[in-house]
Amino acid sequence: MNLEIILHSGIATGSVLLFAAIGEIFAERSGILNLGVEGMMLLGAMAGFGTSLATDSAWVGLGVAILAGGLLSLAHGLVTIHFQADQVVSGLSLTFLGTGLALVLGEGLTGQTPPLLLDYNIPLLESIPFLGPALFKDHGLLVYAGYLFVPLSWFYINKTRPGLHLRAVGEKPAAADSVGVNVYGLRYLYVFVGGCLAGLAGAMISLSVAPGWYSSQTTSGQGWIAIALVIFAQWNPFRAALGGYLFGMLRRLILDLQGPKLLFGLVNPLYINSNYSFFLKMTPYVLTIIALIFGSRAIAKKRAGSPSALGIPYIRGERGQ
Amino acid sequence: MAIRLKIEQRVEVPKWLPPATSVGSVVAAFILGGLVFKFVGGKPLQALSFFYQAVFGSWGVFSDTLVKATPLIIIGVACAIAFKMRLWNIGAEGQFYAGAFGASMVVLIPIIPLDSPKFVVIGLMMIMGMIFGGIWGFIPGYLKAKYKVNEIITTLMLNYIIINWNNFWIFDQWSDRGFQMTATFNRVAWLPRLADYAKEIKAFSGVTLHLGVIFGIVAAIVVWWIFRYSRWGYEIKLIGDNPNAAKYAGINISKNIILAMTFSGALAGLAGMSEISGVVHRLQESISPGYGFTGIIVAWLAKLNPFAIIPVSVLFAGLIVAGREIQPAGLSFLLQGIILFMLISSDVLLRYKIRFVQVDEEKV
Repeated sequence: MNLEIILHSGIATGSVLLFAAIGEIFAERSGILNLGVEGMMLLGAMAGFGTSLATDSAWVGLGVAILAGGLLSLAHGLVTIHFQADQVVSGLSLTFLGTGLALVLGEGLTGQTPPLLLDYNIPLLESIPFLGPALFKDHGLLVYAGYLFVPLSWFYINKTRPGLHLRAVGEKPAAADSVGVNVYGLRYLYVFVGGCLAGLAGAMISLSVAPGWYSSQTTSGQGWIAIALVIFAQWNPFRAALGGYLFGMLRRLILDLQGPKLLFGLVNPLYINSNYSFFLKMTPYVLTIIALIFGSRAIAKKRAGSPSALGIPYIRGERGQ
Repeated sequence: MAIRLKIEQRVEVPKWLPPATSVGSVVAAFILGGLVFKFVGGKPLQALSFFYQAVFGSWGVFSDTLVKATPLIIIGVACAIAFKMRLWNIGAEGQFYAGAFGASMVVLIPIIPLDSPKFVVIGLMMIMGMIFGGIWGFIPGYLKAKYKVNEIITTLMLNYIIINWNNFWIFDQWSDRGFQMTATFNRVAWLPRLADYAKEIKAFSGVTLHLGVIFGIVAAIVVWWIFRYSRWGYEIKLIGDNPNAAKYAGINISKNIILAMTFSGALAGLAGMSEISGVVHRLQESISPGYGFTGIIVAWLAKLNPFAIIPVSVLFAGLIVAGREIQPAGLSFLLQGIILFMLISSDVLLRYKIRFVQVDEEKV
């Protein structure tokens, strides 16, 4: 067990959750709940991996993955925005659809070795003691992009004019409409943005963080964890990033706990019987539930938090919101 | 004169329309799924006839299909209860595993001596299955009622937790000589199958249909009765349709959330018990090809009508049976996704009428 390695690995896997969660924050801030993140991520992972194999370029793969996630999310957009279908059911169907598409189209990709996204070091910053090697060394460019993306998306949502429109559409769509904001158009846009980021997160797994295509095991429920993070983060990109990084570190810690003979001077029960690791494997999911309980209590106390028009279709000319 | 498309809101929905949209969605999904299949180089028509043969071809395979339909019926009914209240229990998969675990305890600990009469052992397994499934439904229900925790995420996380929990027992405590499964249950814990009566009735030889299918039919009747005649069913429907009205009518919403989730979980747990006692006869890692998730679609496609859940389950069981044979394996997932999407899209037809009207161009 090495704290630096745990931090380094946590940052990498956490970045995946960060992009998916912030994508979902954009969609939810505009009033559309999209539970299809897992499906979009899996499709992105498959599309990125497969395209990289076909074109010999990981970057083209990444681009196609972003597009695949975005296009899939538009199905959810059409059904929830124009057909006013229930967003929960539509999101669930999107997960089925994305998973099914990814498994059918990804047939035969297992075991292939396409070019991957390379790791880079950031000069100067990498030589900061302890933090440098963990944060600025041997990471993919997307991890570094994540550092910039978090404050930028916070700034965009909270401090810019388009961000104001985004929030208005998710809080009071009728009011936004009355002053000439295109409610339908913006909702489509941010659902699409959310899909693109989920596709990117998927490709980040298959092309960089844990390279390979292992059918539905590739994402193994991370899309759902991203959705839980959004609630835990109370729709704030900074908290989503923090949660993502912590979650990533936890996953690494669980792996590392299984190795050594002695833990803190005591005999490691996992070393004697590796079957105890099943209990360790539960912990991320248990912690997600605990984090949700705290997040939900905080939201209930503040009476704010979730965008007030979240999940409610906007019908022009009808009274309400 | 020109023809124009006019969309207007429906005041009344004709009775034939909801089932028609369900059937239409399935047909449209098969066509779309076939196109995707064609695109990846398959032969859709051949697959379809293969599908028919593998599902309805003979009494033997049809019985297999019904065996696969059994857990779907029970889980579909379980989901219908929660969905009627607009509670999104997507943890039926986990509650299924929890029920299987509870039922296994009866035999593997064992809780009662295994020379007890069969109906006692089976009865206790049913109770334990429902208790454990019920607990796995109670937890998200309680968290939702008490702390307003989103039940979609909690039910889903609980799925992963119970699968790891079961694995610990399968790989460790109950492992059969180090294999990743428990020992085969004593025959006293097996649900009766038609094949057991092959001596008396020749036609039953090799027919695997077991008593669990009766659980499914009884569950559908009970839930139909609850929806139709009971006070609780009325409360559930009212909360689902209009939570504010329900609150003003003095209905205790928190209590109903917990009750509905627990009941839903208990039924899904019963499905788990029926599967290991009627089919697998041991606890092992892969006891479900995603019954808990397919059950969601089944319930939705049946428009939450408990009786409609039965034929819909048979259709989806067919998809699962055929899916084992047809490559690629994701195809049945894909079809399920498209069916669900078609269905919710077609709901727009229930709310709006689309008419072609003649318009006088000069006036426009």
